[in-house]
Amino acid sequence: MAKLKRLFAGALALCMAGSVMTACGDSDDDDSSAASTDSAATEDGGTDDGEDVSNITGDSTSKYVIYVWNTEFKERFETYYWDNRDTDLWDGVEVEWVTNTNDDNYYQTKLDEALATQVDDDMKIDMFLVEADYALKYVNSDAALDVRNDIGLTDEDMANQYSYTQDVMTDSDGVLKGVSWQATPGLFLYNANYAEQVLGTSDPDEVQEYVKDWDTFTETAALFAEQGIAMVSGYDDTYRCFSNNVSSPWVDDDGNITIDPQISAWVEQTKSYTDAGYNNGTSLWDDAWVAGQKIDGGVFGYFFSTWGIPFTLLPNTLETSTDDGGEEAEGNGGYGLWRACTGPQEYFWGGTWICGCATSDNVEITKDIMYKMTCDTEIMKSITETEQDYTNNKAAIQELIDDGYSNAFLGGQDHLSLLTEAAENVDLSNKLSAYDQGCNEQFQSAMKDYFEGNSTYEEALETFKTNISSVYSTLNTDTITAE
Amino acid sequence: MKRKSISYAKWGYIFLIPFFVVYIIFALTPLVQTFYYSFIDYKVDTGTVSIFNPDGNVVDNGFCGLQNYIDVLGKDGTFTTSLKNTVVLWLIGFIPQIAVSLLLAVWFTDIRLKLKAQGFFKTIIYLPNVIMASAISLLFYSLFTQGGALYDLFDKMVGLDTSPLNTVWGSRFIVGFINFLMWYGNTTILLMAAIMGIDTSLYESAQIDGANPTQTFWKITIPLIRPILAYVIITSMIGGLQMYDVPTLLGDSSGGPKGVLMTLVMQIQLGRDSAVGVVGAISVLIFIISAVLGFIVLKVMDDSPKKKKKKKKPATANR
Repeated sequence: MAKLKRLFAGALALCMAGSVMTACGDSDDDDSSAASTDSAATEDGGTDDGEDVSNITGDSTSKYVIYVWNTEFKERFETYYWDNRDTDLWDGVEVEWVTNTNDDNYYQTKLDEALATQVDDDMKIDMFLVEADYALKYVNSDAALDVRNDIGLTDEDMANQYSYTQDVMTDSDGVLKGVSWQATPGLFLYNANYAEQVLGTSDPDEVQEYVKDWDTFTETAALFAEQGIAMVSGYDDTYRCFSNNVSSPWVDDDGNITIDPQISAWVEQTKSYTDAGYNNGTSLWDDAWVAGQKIDGGVFGYFFSTWGIPFTLLPNTLETSTDDGGEEAEGNGGYGLWRACTGPQEYFWGGTWICGCATSDNVEITKDIMYKMTCDTEIMKSITETEQDYTNNKAAIQELIDDGYSNAFLGGQDHLSLLTEAAENVDLSNKLSAYDQGCNEQFQSAMKDYFEGNSTYEEALETFKTNISSVYSTLNTDTITAE
Repeated sequence: MKRKSISYAKWGYIFLIPFFVVYIIFALTPLVQTFYYSFIDYKVDTGTVSIFNPDGNVVDNGFCGLQNYIDVLGKDGTFTTSLKNTVVLWLIGFIPQIAVSLLLAVWFTDIRLKLKAQGFFKTIIYLPNVIMASAISLLFYSLFTQGGALYDLFDKMVGLDTSPLNTVWGSRFIVGFINFLMWYGNTTILLMAAIMGIDTSLYESAQIDGANPTQTFWKITIPLIRPILAYVIITSMIGGLQMYDVPTLLGDSSGGPKGVLMTLVMQIQLGRDSAVGVVGAISVLIFIISAVLGFIVLKVMDDSPKKKKKKKKPATANR
């Protein structure tokens, strides 16, 4: 009996010790949602049948690790890349997606932590994605591979890409560090019913006349306000129009934070819009902001970039969502009742770039992905056709326009021509810094207090100063002054 | 049958090993590190990154004495303001919490009232504590945000200019209410246990002497549950100091309207990737306050100093 007890106790102790070991041992798997998706691998049965699962464990070359913050690239990857992939390269290789949310610099922090241990890590990151707000950080680092020399894409391959998408990712020595499958010029998307009701027309060219510059835009806002319709939904909607037309970035080379006149102009305009009731006082992405995108949501228009249609406006404006069996067709909510025009100021918003990680051991695959997703005209053409995404390929877009492109969601309008015009004019030189995400987020939420009337502009600015010096403690905030 | 003197103590120690291993790795080491960093002028430039020189973005100016503490403790220092915010939020939740809990505990244990279906009520009032704080926060966020159900209701009744979440006192009360809702059940159960420990003959004799319920409450119940009451108050304070998830989800990382939802831990979360030294100083200060409060609990609970101090160690090890 005693023996049995001792055995039992020993077994228990072992179990507990074991659980401790596993708790600290498994450190290279991030505690974030590192879900290995073999869904992509199993999607097309044909080529993978012979694949032996035991082959693909352990070795780093057998896992292709991608860091992302949402499912956008994953969806594109699975739908448009996977069937076109070079199957020889992918033999015995499995994709692993590591997803961390973008807010509050969380994605950057997680990615940086992982990058810092790459040299000794068994499981190498192969690819990571960056956004315009912090692209420069990775461009100016040793973390991203040279697209031309290390990965092997040629200028000829990339000839159809918009030059601004390459400028962003080019470091001071002229080395290209990443490529994108999309160009993200912005448009003003408006509710055609309201346009008809208030302006008497919903024709994009005529409506454009009403929003052609900020003065006219404000006058038009007054017309809508008379009928109880907000011109824009909330405070942050017009932000990107201003913040992407700044004359100098948030942070200069010496680490001083400055507030550009364009940013001040946004604050001034938004305050006057709020006081006059030209907006509904919502914040970007919140429930009321989303509700305004219904066709009777009481909001005239939204500033959106190309991704705004498929990822935000389209799903939000449907009466019956596709999850509930609704169809993406006219008659379902606002489908077909939105139109696009250039708006008062050319701008861009967001944009995602693909970078190869410097320590990657699957560079050939990176090249294959980059080529198929950002250079292959046929693939990119089909993305634009089916996903309403504006791809970073002039030839593909031109072919579509020449074939008489019409977008059913926009009531048959050809918004690609508008986007093309805008994309040609996007210029990002001297507008970006590596600290933009934190500055934008903290500035917008600090100013919300001012717009709400809780504090004065000076107080709000003080809040911004305090918070930003926590987020980016190495920067100098003394240069921030209220005009 | 003679070998009675086998020491089982070693098994006790062996079974404690896993706890101490985990504690040393995940609690003690970071704690010591935090003390260390709080005296160092240590910052990280999160706008740069490097694979081959991972520490290249660290700005380490070495020992800086108490500079970090001076920075956060000034009149407008981040510690001072966020401590003030935290205390206000805690009070708004705790005052109704202790009042309601005391009342419920007295009712449930009253020998004359003999409430029916006690188990049912106890379960109901405890339920909110089972739900995650973040889930409740998100629920309240969607109720009170513009276009939410309660927002619309209040808007129809009194006419709102903006969501209560965007006003200083509105947001404070919502946070306080969530904390109240989550914790009053727990407190009720604790206080009930304390009251049930009181000898019922005391109440009976008091009633025979003609004491009314108010008198028995103030003269018998309160004095006799004082140690538990102190325990409840101080553990709630320590919990309150660590308030984080509710205010973050209702405001945002910048602390909601006028920054009044910026609690101490939110301040730490905001600066932890970059302002390492400063945030270390805030953490140490929170540690000191919590330690002092914890020490008071031990003193108050240890209510038998004059009595025979033999083996009878009261149950102070709870905390």
